[in-house]
Amino acid sequence: MSTKATTKTTYQLPIGPIHPALKEPVMFEFEMDGERIIEADVKLGHVHRAIEWTGMRRNSIQIIYLAERICGICSFVHPFAFCRAVESACDIEVPERAHYLRTIHGELERICSHMLWAGVAAHEIGFDSVLFLTWEMREKVLDLTEYLTGNRVTKGIMTLGGIRRDITPDQIPKIKETLNYLKDNFEKLRHVYLDDKTFKMRSQGVGILTKEDALKLCAVGPTTRASGIKKDVRVDQPYAAYGDIDMKHMTPDLLTGEVNGDVYDRIIVRLLEVKQSIEIMEEALDKMPSGDIVSEPKIPKLLAHIKKTVGEGVGRDEAPRGEVIHYVKFDGENENPYTWKVRASTYNNILAWIPMLKGEQIADIPIVAASTDPCMSCTNRVTIIDKNKKYILDKEQLHRLSVQKTRRLMR
Amino acid sequence: MSKENLDPKGLVKYFKDEFKTKIKKAEITVKPSGSNKREMTHIWMKIDKSIFKPFIKHLCEYQFPHMAVVSGNDYPKEIELVYHFSLDFGKERKEISLNVAVDVPKSKPEIETICDYIPGALITEREKQEMLGVKIIGIPDSRRLFLPDDFPEGVYPWRKNEKGMEKLIRNLHEVKK
Repeated sequence: MSTKATTKTTYQLPIGPIHPALKEPVMFEFEMDGERIIEADVKLGHVHRAIEWTGMRRNSIQIIYLAERICGICSFVHPFAFCRAVESACDIEVPERAHYLRTIHGELERICSHMLWAGVAAHEIGFDSVLFLTWEMREKVLDLTEYLTGNRVTKGIMTLGGIRRDITPDQIPKIKETLNYLKDNFEKLRHVYLDDKTFKMRSQGVGILTKEDALKLCAVGPTTRASGIKKDVRVDQPYAAYGDIDMKHMTPDLLTGEVNGDVYDRIIVRLLEVKQSIEIMEEALDKMPSGDIVSEPKIPKLLAHIKKTVGEGVGRDEAPRGEVIHYVKFDGENENPYTWKVRASTYNNILAWIPMLKGEQIADIPIVAASTDPCMSCTNRVTIIDKNKKYILDKEQLHRLSVQKTRRLMR
Repeated sequence: MSKENLDPKGLVKYFKDEFKTKIKKAEITVKPSGSNKREMTHIWMKIDKSIFKPFIKHLCEYQFPHMAVVSGNDYPKEIELVYHFSLDFGKERKEISLNVAVDVPKSKPEIETICDYIPGALITEREKQEMLGVKIIGIPDSRRLFLPDDFPEGVYPWRKNEKGMEKLIRNLHEVKK
């Protein structure tokens, strides 16, 4: 789109590679007509770090920790999806208790991620008091993560054929306490995000993704569910312990009775999912059977088994942002996978940005871009180039524009 | 999208009836999970390159699939592309994963685009072009996706032979970077 000749009435606006919404690099090129976006283009690759290439030179146990560093927020689901791919390729069994523990940690991560997103969304429209309110609640979830895994972000608890840390009975009261705290405060959060006039003004009818576009562009996660497509790996093809738990797709019509596919609907979906995650965690804690947490604790034996395996496997997993899929192939000669392919969720949501952004104003770019909860580190995996573009509207200026629009609407 | 929903076996038959022996391999794997042993169904197919485009058309006539990603295996003589689709999503616990592999000869690494049927495949097709060096015929946007613009031509990071990254790492002058 950069090569297209511009007429007198339109002009080009490059934004990035410093990200307009998050603190991660991505490059947008807009074709503008006054304040309206008529064409949008996205350029990636600024934080590509060749993780897949590196991984093909490491053994499967080492990759778990590498996969964990694909993304700081999805630091559980990436190793989870990788382990599931290897388990399916090499026929490694997983004990029942480990399935439940994996479910609990997965949901804990989802709560963390959605609350982080909600705070960022509030910040993008200049509502910083809500950012602090949300993140105060998120802090409790992070404390719980630290209590259960020993770390706040990179948890390091995943392993092939199970999980590395058990939840002991004396840890359960603390988990229940945090979950109750979240339930008690959920109503406050819901009220601020869904009833507030300013939020509604900035999010309703903005960044619309139609059901048809979402399906065609293969969008995933809350982005596609907010457009009314029922797609959630946890429900469609239950893995871990999700098959034992009664759950359904979270679409905005459950709350409002209609689907618009705008930013407001994406907020609804994420809030509903936080509530759903709390319920799943409680149910999983109650139903959790006793037993081993890992099927083969001897790692050399496990690696010897993997070395002999010829086969391929796919691990699919519902990350907070949508489906994550890992593909591995073993050739029967090496401990290293012959091929390892990672597909993060934002990868599939990039094309969905274009119909969302078309027709919107410059000041709406941050909130619309943020509404898919993009994670560029997940999507990009090598080095950085700087093209010294002129007329770059930096993040600060863009954020100021967005805040000004909120102020204007409030007057 | 009007056809009734088929089970995994019916789905394999649906394709076999149409393409006969051009489907070289069709396996159904079922793996249980959790206490209730819910089953996860994967179909693994290997098809001939000549029926690739009609196969995708036939698939879209049955149901519009979700295209997850294309992965690629670099073998000594050919490149195997694996297209990962999901079908029947939205029906609780009934989703089927369809993995379709197709071999592309190294002497002429080319394959047709599927963007005309599934527009969402663009990102992954662009990635395959730069990472594996498979030319996608008819791709609507052939620019690079992840690699920088000054990355040398003819080097494909996921290739395991002389076209791979080894040269770039050890003998940088040879690639005129």
